[in-house]
Amino acid sequence: MQSAIANNTSTTLGVKFSISRPSGWTLAAACVALVIATPILTILGFLFYPSTDTWQHLADTVLADYISNSLLLMLGVAAGAGSIGICTAWLTSMYSFPGRQLFVWSLLLPLAMPAYIIAFTYTGMFEVAGPVQEWIRETFNLRYGEYWFPEIRSLGGAITMLSLVLYPYVYLLARAAFLDQSICALEASRTLGCGPWRSFFFVALPLARPAIVTGLSLALMETLADYGTVQYFGVSTFTTGIFRTWFGLDDSVAAAQLSGILMTFVFVLIILERWSRRQARFHHATNRYRTIPNIKLPPLVGWVATTACLLPLFFGFILPIGQLTQWAFLTFSEMVDSSFYTLALNSFLLAGAAAVLTLVPALILSYGNRNHATPLSRFLVRLSGMGYAIPGTVIAIGVLIPFGALDNGIDAWMLEHFDIGTGLIFSGTIFILLFAYMVRFFTVSLNTVESGLGKIRPSMDEAAKTMGYGGLEILRHIHLPIMKGSLLTALIIVFVDVLKELPATLVLRPFNFNTLAVRAFELASDERLADSSTAAIAIVLVSIIPVILLSRTIAHSRPGQP
Amino acid sequence: MNHWKIPLALIFALTSLSGPALASEEVNLYSARKEALIKPLLDKFSSQTGIKVNLVTGKAKTLLKRLQSEGRNTPADILLTTDAGNLHAAKAAGLLQAVDNKVLASVPQNLRDSDNQWFALSTRSRVIVYSKDRVKASDLSTYEDLTNPKWKKRICIRSSSNIYNQSLLASLIVHNGMSKAEEWAKGVVANMAQPPKGNDRAQVKAVAVGVCDIAIINTYYMGVMQEKDAAQQKAAAQVSVFFPNQESRGAHINISGAGLIKGAKHKENAIKLLEYLVSDDAQKWYAQANHEYPIIAGIPVSKIVNAWGYPFKQDNLNVDELGKHNAEAVKIFDRVGWK
Repeated sequence: MQSAIANNTSTTLGVKFSISRPSGWTLAAACVALVIATPILTILGFLFYPSTDTWQHLADTVLADYISNSLLLMLGVAAGAGSIGICTAWLTSMYSFPGRQLFVWSLLLPLAMPAYIIAFTYTGMFEVAGPVQEWIRETFNLRYGEYWFPEIRSLGGAITMLSLVLYPYVYLLARAAFLDQSICALEASRTLGCGPWRSFFFVALPLARPAIVTGLSLALMETLADYGTVQYFGVSTFTTGIFRTWFGLDDSVAAAQLSGILMTFVFVLIILERWSRRQARFHHATNRYRTIPNIKLPPLVGWVATTACLLPLFFGFILPIGQLTQWAFLTFSEMVDSSFYTLALNSFLLAGAAAVLTLVPALILSYGNRNHATPLSRFLVRLSGMGYAIPGTVIAIGVLIPFGALDNGIDAWMLEHFDIGTGLIFSGTIFILLFAYMVRFFTVSLNTVESGLGKIRPSMDEAAKTMGYGGLEILRHIHLPIMKGSLLTALIIVFVDVLKELPATLVLRPFNFNTLAVRAFELASDERLADSSTAAIAIVLVSIIPVILLSRTIAHSRPGQP
Repeated sequence: MNHWKIPLALIFALTSLSGPALASEEVNLYSARKEALIKPLLDKFSSQTGIKVNLVTGKAKTLLKRLQSEGRNTPADILLTTDAGNLHAAKAAGLLQAVDNKVLASVPQNLRDSDNQWFALSTRSRVIVYSKDRVKASDLSTYEDLTNPKWKKRICIRSSSNIYNQSLLASLIVHNGMSKAEEWAKGVVANMAQPPKGNDRAQVKAVAVGVCDIAIINTYYMGVMQEKDAAQQKAAAQVSVFFPNQESRGAHINISGAGLIKGAKHKENAIKLLEYLVSDDAQKWYAQANHEYPIIAGIPVSKIVNAWGYPFKQDNLNVDELGKHNAEAVKIFDRVGWK
């Protein structure tokens, strides 16, 4: 394998070198980061407005609730998504048991399920008036209050829903890390007398920690940004608080200040993630790879492993899809007309364009910061990556304000000097929507590209140069093959995320332009769950293909694998 | 290698799909009413007049923000909302303009802006529904009576983040004063059977199942439930509608309404659309399709709505007041711990 060869070269030539001219790349990177950070800076700018008495009111009444609920939600999702993701990743990477081949890719499927849709679906099934509790009451001749049933619309319910659809992030990254680990480290630990459990806890898990923390931080950022689920379940978090302050109290300054606090949460998360990755220098302790022989589990233990993998897949995907399908059968004919195909096409094109567009600045920034990162450029990069944890509506407002000002500024200037009105150039176009997606999902692209680039040591460039390669040839023959997997992963995750995205789309889209997510949400928020199911299923179906592609990418990324 | 062409092609494909069509006669609408509940009406208008309606739907507050940041160059001609508060806010932000028009003058005084900057298009009432088995209609009387200890652990009502609850409390602030309104909110919280969750339909289902005995909901939800699938019909069949405060000021009313945007580029067409939305044709559609109350006298309500009792005594408070007192209402909700 090329990467293995490249790795070997890197150990023999340890000289620092880069193909890029530092000043140009760094400058470009700083500019790109600044542009992407504009909406975030716009919101942060509100922090310098004098605070209103609303702020005092919030502090006296609901702020403590917002903070504690948001923290509990994050803790819960960290525990839930973390344990599911790590367990399933470990089992599918190390052992062979019934169904393993199937789980390797199907465990990613819940990624295709928008959180608000799984929330609507579970509520439909398990709420007090839903079919399950109805059945319990009728079968056992009980009345409400005479039996115990977990309340789905609660903090615990929200944690469960978010864990079920967000664990694939942890699974994805943990699995890639487990596969990346040299079997030698594990074998060494076994020869030193560690049992399988000790090897897992003291060797594999610490080695994979940076990847796991990255996966968890993605899941937690999504959790912080979630509005649909918590609002529907009546859990007061920062996001619901921001909207209540803004919509209800009509105080956009206080709302933006709440967003500012939310961003400090995020900053802590990001710093944790960075700090954890800093320890990653022990990652490639050796370059001698061998295929990890999947240890065959004895039948009984094997079935336990099968069950452990089946549960998250069942509750995160099979069950909700089953319910949605049943609803779709009832309403299919009413809901699918020619406009439905337009919706699907819109969603598909938007997601595709956004995925490609988001990759470009991620590449510029990663290369720009590769060897010549200054503290300022590092700060700008972190700032530009915060969009992932900020609710889509807040991002949308952060995009609207500067573009509105820009458009009206250009228009006024043109009118004054040339007597030509240009009107709105960006606002109300697809462009502004794509830009919002870029801001929102930038960190996904950036993290993935950075980790891919991290595999290419500067010494490899040097080695290539001594063999007479020019800059472009190095990119094409060395960087591209090694990074291919990471680039594809970045494209696919952003694609799926945009397909599911709702709030920014709702605020920024042009006239007569809808997506599957908008259709599903409008109907579901009216509690027309059955009517919304067709659009919901379409989102999942369109996402499945890239998700399967993604799992194939990881399967082939294993070092030492033919 | 033509990879760079892919994004360009995608963007091109997208731009060709979007944007207002270049039809000669058109009007641009920002609507807080969801597509399914406005598009059929717009299509009728287009087929009658030949004017194409370009539509963006979204939450009222974000549409307001979009109007503000687009400024004088906004393409929007009309803002349509499902409550009075946001129209009040749009006017206060200087986003609307007055329309002096005979047809629109037929909208009752208390259901339009004092300067004719916006007009109600339909009304809905926030009423009490009660379990037929466990509550007698004679036990019910007013909104104020909901704080009576006899309702302890018997009331279901949705979150106070919802605009309809905010408007209801705003009306109580106007009628009874701040401190009485706060006492009322506190009393209702004390009588709640469960922390608020779900929308108005969920409250009806909760009454049907026995989580609580009475609930406060908007009328049209009940109407839609009664004609929906079997499960919803079954739930709706177990509850009845009660119009509160019939002996005094009348049941609380909220509106859906619309206003003309300042500097609208298709002003004539926009006024035609507003006229159409209060026409008999459109008023009948609201009444039949979404079980709302028409604002023009003499238009029949739907069969289902009629069966609850019509006409009933409506609170004649100017709906503009609801917008004025909205923020105060939310603060009260925060203080009394109404989630």
